[in-house]
Amino acid sequence: MNSISKTLNKRKKLKKNLKNKISEGTYNKVKNLDVPKGLYEKCPSCDKTINMKKNIENDYICNHCGNHFRMRAIDRIKYIIDEDTFAEKGLGFITLNPLFQDGYEEKLAKYKKATNLDEAYIYGFGQIFGQPCVIGVMDSYFLMGSMGSVVGEKVTKSFEYAIYKKLPIVIFTASGGARMQEGIFSLMQMAKTSSAVASHSNMGLLYISVLTHPTTGGVTASFATLGDIILAEPNALVGFAGPRVIEQTINQKLPEGFQRSEFLEEKGFVDKVIHRKDLKRSLAKLLALHRRSY
Amino acid sequence: MDILSKEKKLAKLEKQINDLGDSKAVEKLKLEIESYKKKEMTKLTAWDRVLLARHQKRPTAKDFINYISPDFIELHGDRLFRDDRSIIGGIGTIDGIPFTIIATQKGKNLENNLLRNFAMPHPEGYRKALRLMEQAEKFKRPILTLIDTPGAYPGIGAEERGQGHAIAQNLFKMSQLTVPIIAVVIGEGGSGGALALGVANRVLMLENAIYSILSPEGYASILWKDSTLAPKAAEIMKLTALDLKDFEIIDEIIKEPLGGAHYNKTETFKNTKIAIMAEFHKLRRLSGTELHYRKITKFRNFGFLQRFNYENLGGIKR
Repeated sequence: MNSISKTLNKRKKLKKNLKNKISEGTYNKVKNLDVPKGLYEKCPSCDKTINMKKNIENDYICNHCGNHFRMRAIDRIKYIIDEDTFAEKGLGFITLNPLFQDGYEEKLAKYKKATNLDEAYIYGFGQIFGQPCVIGVMDSYFLMGSMGSVVGEKVTKSFEYAIYKKLPIVIFTASGGARMQEGIFSLMQMAKTSSAVASHSNMGLLYISVLTHPTTGGVTASFATLGDIILAEPNALVGFAGPRVIEQTINQKLPEGFQRSEFLEEKGFVDKVIHRKDLKRSLAKLLALHRRSY
Repeated sequence: MDILSKEKKLAKLEKQINDLGDSKAVEKLKLEIESYKKKEMTKLTAWDRVLLARHQKRPTAKDFINYISPDFIELHGDRLFRDDRSIIGGIGTIDGIPFTIIATQKGKNLENNLLRNFAMPHPEGYRKALRLMEQAEKFKRPILTLIDTPGAYPGIGAEERGQGHAIAQNLFKMSQLTVPIIAVVIGEGGSGGALALGVANRVLMLENAIYSILSPEGYASILWKDSTLAPKAAEIMKLTALDLKDFEIIDEIIKEPLGGAHYNKTETFKNTKIAIMAEFHKLRRLSGTELHYRKITKFRNFGFLQRFNYENLGGIKR
């Protein structure tokens, strides 16, 4: 009797430790990033407390109100791309800090460690329900997903790779705009990426851009809004100038739902607002519809 | 002491000359002015250049057009929504060669500035520019753009009509044109609003013009949460013509008279015209495909980065 209870207790302890370890692990991972601060968090739209671990399992969607949280680039690829088909390309670029700003390199190193990305954009080859494509994802946890020299270069490279392989390209945008720390070079990335889109488009290839929360500034004014098909996630902030800047300029409060994806759909700048759960299926369908049929 | 207070001092000295009738004293003061100008007006900091680029008396795009192309005909409207007064566009000849000229126009006084919306275009302005550029492509006319804008307008109407989309379309289509495009930054070149007219074969810049990703005030308020540190921001932002020429972002610098463009406007216009025509005669020899290819490769190579290197991978494992 005694021995049995002993072993049972032991197993219970082990299980408890294991559980603690797992939750600690995710907790630390989440803690390193600045936005999801803990295991439990309040949903900004319905004010209910939600378990972030469960939330991540639920593709970062709130269980109660369906609010879409920001998604990390790696999770996005895991969610959209078929298992074991993703091959990352274009690693290993570093910026040379053109304005010689103090602390910029250290800042980048910190974000690299926290997000396990080399820049705010990753791309590669992948399949969506068997449909081959090039996929590029911006990560808003990396310095607000801002576009500097390296992000611009990698976006351009992803289009060039798609041209080389004659593949359609799907890009998920999430960015605060051009990266100020790199000054004029960030601005020039807008022209660079736009002309890359043009070259890809001239080859008769498909470019689907998916606008996710938040997409503003220089990214909106370049490759994000140049897609043949522009999709958006529900309630994502999409616009050229940030809401704070507009409020300061015109000195009045902005109406509710302004610059959200539903607003853009109504104004005719987005083809369709799609719920995250339907996204993969819709993308696969769109890619299939754009195969050469003759 | 920044450039504006130096200017005030100069004006004071000149007034003193006018008040005096005595020829000896006048001579002496004139000499003093000359020496002061040479000593102080040549030493310009980046912030001085920002002030000069925004100077109240600085010639606007229309002044340039009046000199460069006296027979300019303005064309209005984007055919979709309305005419944006902050962008002027049309056709005119320069040395007998017809050009499509597009420019952002600042006002000279408050009333005029309200009409021109402080040279901050709405989406319809960019769509008008694009319409005129496509027209130029059809009739094989070279394009000249004069840039003088603090940036695209951030407002409710602008967002509703797709400011980002309009700028992106301009970047997309301008990179595809096969006619020679020359862009001249004559004053402020602010952010995407300036770049939407700046995807050109040749980008020229006046000596005291600035071209930057956002205003020094905005930069200071975002990085240091204090917009009064703008002079400090201007120094590190690398927004002057000299810095940008070093980076090969722009191709040529156009000289301005001592003290800024407004001291001798005709000289500024003359220098600008000579520079534009010199570039045009270089470009006119090239075929359309060549022009397109060169423009794309030029913009393709912009970036301050180190290319692939295994060491750069650092600790990234996936």
